[in-house]
Amino acid sequence: MNFPSIIQTQVLIIGGGVTGTALARDLALRGVDCILVEKDDINAGASGRNHGLLHSGARYAAGDRAAAMECRAEGAILKRMAAQTIQDTGGYFVAVQGDDERYIADFSSHCERSGISTRAVEVAAARALEPALSERAIAVFEVPDASIDPFRLSLENMAHARSLGARLMRRSRVVGFAREGRQIRAVRVRSGAEEVRIEAAQVVNAAGAWAREVALLAGAPFGMTYSKGTLLVTHTRLARRVVNRLRPPSNADIMMPGGTVSIVGTTSTRVDALDDMHPTAAEVDLIVEEAARMLPALATMRFIRAYAGVRPLVAAPGVADGRTVSRGYALFDHEDHGLDNFATITGGKLTTCRLMAERAADLVCRRLGVTRPCLTATMPLPVAAECEWTEPGRSPRMWMRSHGLEDTLLCECEMVSGSAVDAIYDALRSAGDTPTLTDIGLRSRVGKGACQGAFCAVRTVAHLYQRGDFQARRGIDEILDFFGERWRGQRAVLWGEQLAQAELMEALHCGVFGEELRGEESRAAPDADPAGEVSP
Amino acid sequence: MTGARRDSCDVAVIGAGMAGMATALFAAERGLSCIQVGNPGGILFASGLLDLFGVHPVAERRLWRSPYAAIAALAREQSDHPLARIDASSIRTAFEIFVAALGAAGLRYAPLGDRNRSVLTSIGTIKTTFGVPLSMVAGVDALEARPPCLLVDFRGLREFNARQIAESLGHRWPDLRHRRIEFPGTEAAPELYAAHLARALESRQTRERTIALVKPLLGDALAVGFPAVLGLARASEVHAAFEAGLEMPVFEIPTMPTSVPGLRLLGALETAVSARGVRRRHQASVRALAFDREAGTAALDVEGVPGVERVVARAVVLATGRFTGRGLTADRGQVRESILGIPVLQPASREAWHQRDFLDPSGHAVNRAGLAIDDAWRPLDADGKPVWPRLFAVGSILAHQDWMRSKCGSGLAISTAWAAMEQVARQLRGTGAG
Repeated sequence: MNFPSIIQTQVLIIGGGVTGTALARDLALRGVDCILVEKDDINAGASGRNHGLLHSGARYAAGDRAAAMECRAEGAILKRMAAQTIQDTGGYFVAVQGDDERYIADFSSHCERSGISTRAVEVAAARALEPALSERAIAVFEVPDASIDPFRLSLENMAHARSLGARLMRRSRVVGFAREGRQIRAVRVRSGAEEVRIEAAQVVNAAGAWAREVALLAGAPFGMTYSKGTLLVTHTRLARRVVNRLRPPSNADIMMPGGTVSIVGTTSTRVDALDDMHPTAAEVDLIVEEAARMLPALATMRFIRAYAGVRPLVAAPGVADGRTVSRGYALFDHEDHGLDNFATITGGKLTTCRLMAERAADLVCRRLGVTRPCLTATMPLPVAAECEWTEPGRSPRMWMRSHGLEDTLLCECEMVSGSAVDAIYDALRSAGDTPTLTDIGLRSRVGKGACQGAFCAVRTVAHLYQRGDFQARRGIDEILDFFGERWRGQRAVLWGEQLAQAELMEALHCGVFGEELRGEESRAAPDADPAGEVSP
Repeated sequence: MTGARRDSCDVAVIGAGMAGMATALFAAERGLSCIQVGNPGGILFASGLLDLFGVHPVAERRLWRSPYAAIAALAREQSDHPLARIDASSIRTAFEIFVAALGAAGLRYAPLGDRNRSVLTSIGTIKTTFGVPLSMVAGVDALEARPPCLLVDFRGLREFNARQIAESLGHRWPDLRHRRIEFPGTEAAPELYAAHLARALESRQTRERTIALVKPLLGDALAVGFPAVLGLARASEVHAAFEAGLEMPVFEIPTMPTSVPGLRLLGALETAVSARGVRRRHQASVRALAFDREAGTAALDVEGVPGVERVVARAVVLATGRFTGRGLTADRGQVRESILGIPVLQPASREAWHQRDFLDPSGHAVNRAGLAIDDAWRPLDADGKPVWPRLFAVGSILAHQDWMRSKCGSGLAISTAWAAMEQVARQLRGTGAG
């Protein structure tokens, strides 16, 4: 047996979502050495499974004024500091016939009390600007909502942190803590078959929905509930602005524009387990029917994906509905649990991730005796070249500009070129990683168009073989892993055109190429039993 | 309908995929007059390989060397599968006639025999299939003997990478080598398209330049594989010229659809049915279908470029395919048959249509949804009776089969077309024709 190797750092961050990556950058900017371990990949949890809405705060103004004010302040900071990840679309709150008149009447004064600017818009004028709005709309207010790309935000936070010396370990799962008195001496982390011990002066649990499980491993239990939310991705973009339903928070009341598509959701269902999170047909139907009251075109729209995320909600005893539990964040110092170098930061929202990271970093720095102030509210996030490819429409622009002989187009739905794939692959590779097709999909638009990877996955794999990056039989495994990941989001929206698209994909990859039989081919060897059935 | 164009026939075939083409071909072979309605574009997605039956049971992923033995096993275990309803001699006859018609139209297949064959694909998988175009046969032989062999690819042809195939098969075929060349005359093009290359290789000059580029790369190779781009309409001539020029067996490897073998198959099928007098309405679709029970005829309103045409037919065959073919449509609630709303056998709810895992060995339940038929290949209404005495259904729209997982797409199309046409002919004889 090998002794596990030991890695030392000042701060170990557990979890590579929007909070963990923002924390890595915050600490790195304060000159603190840190390692981020992530069991899967960047934004694999709720950070990558949300609307991508930079809240103005108006959604919470009536019910949770503190959250509303936090959103307003943080939204304004991110618009200045991470402008490359944001499209300042603006947003509408729209009420339709039958919605609560009282809520409508009080909306703008609630917003005003939280410092959120609103403007009443004539329904006819709003419908002229956003023709998708229902003719049954009765009130419209404009608010400063915006769209944010959470993948790009996390990738760039991490890229900047790494340029300042922070380390990232993907596919590395925390499996245990070595405690000694009031200290965590080391954290055991498993990467594939290997285990390492990370010795850190401070450990921050930013594992999102998994924060409770991580804290339990450290012997620091706290209560948490999970709320599953399902969202749908449309085939074409429905509106220029964010469209919110003007009513108390409920199902399917937000439609986000995002590049060439729109994202509609969500639902809120209490769940007990975090595994196997998939959208159901019933959830999809609920969203389509409910959101169509605001945007009637959704009733007949083609959807290309559905996905489900889990909101980590810090428990308030006796509350049954996930939606009424505070969406505020929680920072635990775990000193009640007898620990002086462990902290948990969880809950909260995409919009407040920077603030959550700042609070956690303040705690860690106080414990470390570091006095340098937080810089993330004043220092713009640098653009990292390899992180730009998640932006819809960017690939075609770059490709038009520099379409060389050696730069072929690999994805024709979203126009992703070979050079984009090269940039992503090489950036991961240079950090010592072994990139997969799924990793490339996360960091680009590959597989995100209507074909959902049926063609571009094949071309991308061929490209990586040509570069010598893929060897032996890896290509087919990568294609199937990638399809498996894409499928999770497809199966709940397969009717109409998209069902025909899925059938075509199966016809090609199973019908023609027999990819599902991988490993079985040798059983069809020519020396098989001549009596008929191929002998195993 | 005053002023509308009119036409009449013994058999109207709705659909122009593999099943529709086979049905029209077999109708003509039996001397029945035939009008075929539908766009044949779906055939472009074919590989050129003719599967008969390869995997059974699907959930066990069991591959069979003899498709006939596999169908016999199917008939014992799953008697409602369309192929289980057809005897082996009918299937043999159907395939022989089908392949002979393709050969006469310029697309030649290797003699069929009664065994499945293993074919190398562009993805690096080994596909079990039945009917193999002559241009691919040397690849079947090479995969069996695994001699030193060279695979050639062309820079810019994005779906075909010789290195990928050689790497994927290296563990069992160590002498499989790969080289990349520039396709003559495309040095400035970043992306190449298979159909353009195939057409270019019909010029002798381009062919000779390509052969000259490959020749010095042969080394100890005893066979050479190329992406399937060796000619389009004159593919036999191009293939022969490559074998003569390289002085060894040359084979094509099937590529990602839409592919050149798909184009060839489409061209050959169009030639074959047109030559047999089938009247094709290939840019048209059926807007309405009604039955005159007294006259014993069906009336089809066929909507095409010149407007609506009324076609009166004594028998109708639905070969409209599944979702990609538009024979079936689905909304959030259920699957429907597109033209008449014939009841579709299907899972109870959408949640049960698809497995959570794309590659679940059992396949997806919605792929076994489809039309129920009686012993005469007639689709059944809600009461379990034929919708109309001379309305038939063939091909992938039929229930109780998953052609994608069983590897029986062409087998289903050709065999059910043949079997249904026997019934059509019998029914029409009964009404004094045929």
